[in-house]
Amino acid sequence: MFEQWNGFKGGKWQDEINVRDFIQLNYTPYEGDESFLAGPTDRTKKVYEKFDALLKQEQANGGVLDIDTVTVSSLTAYIPGYLDKENEIIVGLQTDEPLRRGVNPFGGLNMTRKACKAYGYELSEVVEEEFRYRTTHNDGVFRVYNDEIRAARHTGIITGLPDAYGRGRIIGDYRRVALYGVDKLIEEKLKDKAAIAANDVLAEDIRRLEELFQQINFLGKLKEMAAMYDCDISVPAKDSKEAVQWLYFGYLGAIKEQNGAAMSLGRTSTFLDIYFERDLKNGTYTEEQIQEIMDDFVMKLRMARHLRTPEYNELFAGDPMWITEAIGGMGEDGRTLVTKNSFRVLHTLYNLNPSAEPNMTVLWSTQLPHAFKRYCAKVSCDTDSIQYENDDVMRPVYGDDYAIACCVSAMRVGKDMQFFGARANLVKLLLMALNGGKDEKSGMQVAPAGRKFEGEYLDYETVLDLMNEYRPWLAKTYVKAMNMIHYMHDKYAYEKVQMALHDTDVHRYMAFGAAGLSVLADSLSAIKYAKVKVIRDETGLITDFETTGDFPKYGNDDDRADMIAKEQVELFFNELKKIPTYRNAEHTLSILTITSNVVYGKKTGNTPDGRRAGEPFAPGANPMHGRDASGALASLNSVAKLSYDCCKDGISNTFCVIPQALGADNETRYENLSSIIDGYFSQNAQHININVFDREMLIDASEHPEKYPNLTIRVSGYAVNFHKLSKEQQREVIARTFHGAM
Amino acid sequence: MNSSLKGKVHSFQSLGAVDGPGIRFVVFMQGCPYRCPYCHNPDTRPFSGGEEYTVEDIVKKAVRFKSYFGEKGGVTVSGGEPLAQADFVAKLFEELHKVGINTALDTAGYPVNESVKSVLKHTDTMLCDIKFASEDEYKTYIGTSLETTLRFIEECNNYNTDIIIRHVVVPGMTDSVENIKQIAALAKRAKSLQKIELLPFKKLCVQKYNELGLDFPLKDTPECDRKTIERLTETVR
Ligand code: SF4
Repeated sequence: MFEQWNGFKGGKWQDEINVRDFIQLNYTPYEGDESFLAGPTDRTKKVYEKFDALLKQEQANGGVLDIDTVTVSSLTAYIPGYLDKENEIIVGLQTDEPLRRGVNPFGGLNMTRKACKAYGYELSEVVEEEFRYRTTHNDGVFRVYNDEIRAARHTGIITGLPDAYGRGRIIGDYRRVALYGVDKLIEEKLKDKAAIAANDVLAEDIRRLEELFQQINFLGKLKEMAAMYDCDISVPAKDSKEAVQWLYFGYLGAIKEQNGAAMSLGRTSTFLDIYFERDLKNGTYTEEQIQEIMDDFVMKLRMARHLRTPEYNELFAGDPMWITEAIGGMGEDGRTLVTKNSFRVLHTLYNLNPSAEPNMTVLWSTQLPHAFKRYCAKVSCDTDSIQYENDDVMRPVYGDDYAIACCVSAMRVGKDMQFFGARANLVKLLLMALNGGKDEKSGMQVAPAGRKFEGEYLDYETVLDLMNEYRPWLAKTYVKAMNMIHYMHDKYAYEKVQMALHDTDVHRYMAFGAAGLSVLADSLSAIKYAKVKVIRDETGLITDFETTGDFPKYGNDDDRADMIAKEQVELFFNELKKIPTYRNAEHTLSILTITSNVVYGKKTGNTPDGRRAGEPFAPGANPMHGRDASGALASLNSVAKLSYDCCKDGISNTFCVIPQALGADNETRYENLSSIIDGYFSQNAQHININVFDREMLIDASEHPEKYPNLTIRVSGYAVNFHKLSKEQQREVIARTFHGAM
Repeated sequence: MNSSLKGKVHSFQSLGAVDGPGIRFVVFMQGCPYRCPYCHNPDTRPFSGGEEYTVEDIVKKAVRFKSYFGEKGGVTVSGGEPLAQADFVAKLFEELHKVGINTALDTAGYPVNESVKSVLKHTDTMLCDIKFASEDEYKTYIGTSLETTLRFIEECNNYNTDIIIRHVVVPGMTDSVENIKQIAALAKRAKSLQKIELLPFKKLCVQKYNELGLDFPLKDTPECDRKTIERLTETVR
């Protein structure tokens, strides 16, 4: 029993690693309102000013402030860095200077080289030399890819495979560092290792033994890293400040080691509240000091950076890290998991200005305390920085201690991990099926040559049959690519710190994605309800369509179109499930495009719904812009019909509404916004991004960026500073449906 | 009367948040006998247009939005002048009540008859305009009488209906403190008066007038700003 635990209610968590048990026994649900919150202190304002100046410099430098091209990023590679050594409360930077980016070539050397070049740097000879004889994840994958996967990748029917950078999407249980201290974690891992060594020890056991060796090794490095900042994290955190600091060290170690695509924080605010409540009761900290710690912590999170290529940023606009923090939710025993600290973490958006990171994600339940719902709605109206995910559909699957990886993927903290990657472009599947496996843009044979559409007018049954013939090929190619990628990632870029902060017996998901759902549904609906004539080019390739007559469109609460969307998702998921996965991971699927809907559209030819070649898709599961003409709620109803059972990795929906449409005054708007979320989620929908502003403001912001320096908007599953979007992406966002009353 | 009764509908709005309490599904009925100079829905006035829907059709639509209504929201029937199709609205409200959906009516007042009474029986919230404070202005501008409107409001007192009185503030026409006070005094006739809503005159409808080939009588009048509304609202608190 550690003395740092004095004042906590004891239980199972003291004998085993069990953070949930600790939370359940010790947290204080909070049903009150936000009136207790403290504003920013002078110290916070001063430190923030410094940070803000650096942000401006970074922006002026084209998005990257500085790169250390000589040192390969790792836990102890840099001397300690500070933003403002005298005034910081929570310490620790990724490199030796704020916003300086490190290089991390373990995912792929080429990506690192290109990223350096893009910002006017050259990867140093030292690093080049070091990696000359080293296999990266990227090397490994391309040693085993076959021609089919390469062709699928090249034409974009599968896009975004994480084969050249860190896969990410893994959430370490960083709370364990604070609660147990690292020595205890090492001790438990050693026990696990001994137990496995007592087995017969075949391939999988041997691999696990080596992974455990690496985990333990890196837990040691984590201690060293903290020691460089004069902190001894071998023992548990003793108070509020240490709890945040220890937890942050866990996270910092992870982002120093891995440049994973999405690096969620987890579900930390209610955990931290237990320390805060204890210290507030003891009188060792005041509310103002606690808020100051949270403000400083969030500022540190906002300083996290990875080095990316411009192409990557084209896919995932705005240089995101997806430092997703899951806030609130309900406990299995019916008590709310909202605490005062759920308010504090949201309040940082006021104390420090709105921002895209951390990715504030409210786990919404119709049962949440009314005052918290109202506060969330207020924050949404004021900052457009929150996304909402339906705790009532996720809790039955994951229990009450899950967090969100990236945008919308739920996982039990410290118990589940996922092999994530890419999206299949379902619109291209349709076009390829019509063309006998050929790419509609280049004419290249991608799928094995098979039957193609021979007639003049498309008929629904024939088209479905053709899709059924090509879908298994797509599913198989996709699963194979993912298996190869994750095999190699485990082998050459294993997440040592993050996996050390998981149970040794971890449950694995393999998270697939699908893009273009609304275009596919509308195209099939056009084929079914209107007349679609195919137009072939001189080589016989179907490259365009002539559609006459009207047809129902996805997004109008019209089952004729909505059920097509639902069915297509299910068909694809069922096909994926037939193909075995690496390490027996459980298949899941997401309908999520992030901002890549623009790039997917670019790579896709004309479609039967009237969309022209190259035009963007709608994001995530959203209906196509302007086609959801029956109003906001009808549009939501359509998306709510997609089955979460098939899409446990998430169904993303981005909702833009003008303030006046929510009511005449602020209080009415908060209440109505909250009713909308309740109404959407009570139909078992999973996710909604909320933006409250009008199109005129975005147009103005696009033309006069200086007037809106902190304009944050929600795109698909994360938030982004509007100015970090390319002009093209800005245009796409402006073109989206804004639900208004007028 | 049955639920296959048909009414003429101009349009629907699935997310209404300014016509009655909470989130509302708004049904705009076709046809209005009045001629308010600031009318923002001139396209709903002719009795000839619109699309026919049965009560059942509309109840079906409304039920799809029930989950968003929460404790306060529901269906608002607006127009046009919905009481010009009172039999239809009465049946619609009755059916909505059967499925547990709150009802609101947005009207400029109407001569009281049996049909109107049966609407009142099933109306949870009444949004009634008092457009001007004098009989003269009513005659000049609207084409009905103040008397009719007030009698209608008094009739509402016989039913279990919350009343919200609305008044459009037009610069140079209805924006004097004096006028607002008179409106507030008249509003007192409603026993269960919830509040007086002052709505700013807006010109978003200009395009509609142009498309219909109609002259917008107030095209030279400036819009009413938020500050004026706030200031005037203070005087009727
Ligand atoms: S009562 Fe309404 S619809 Fe009729 S003229 Fe007046 S404003 Fe227009």
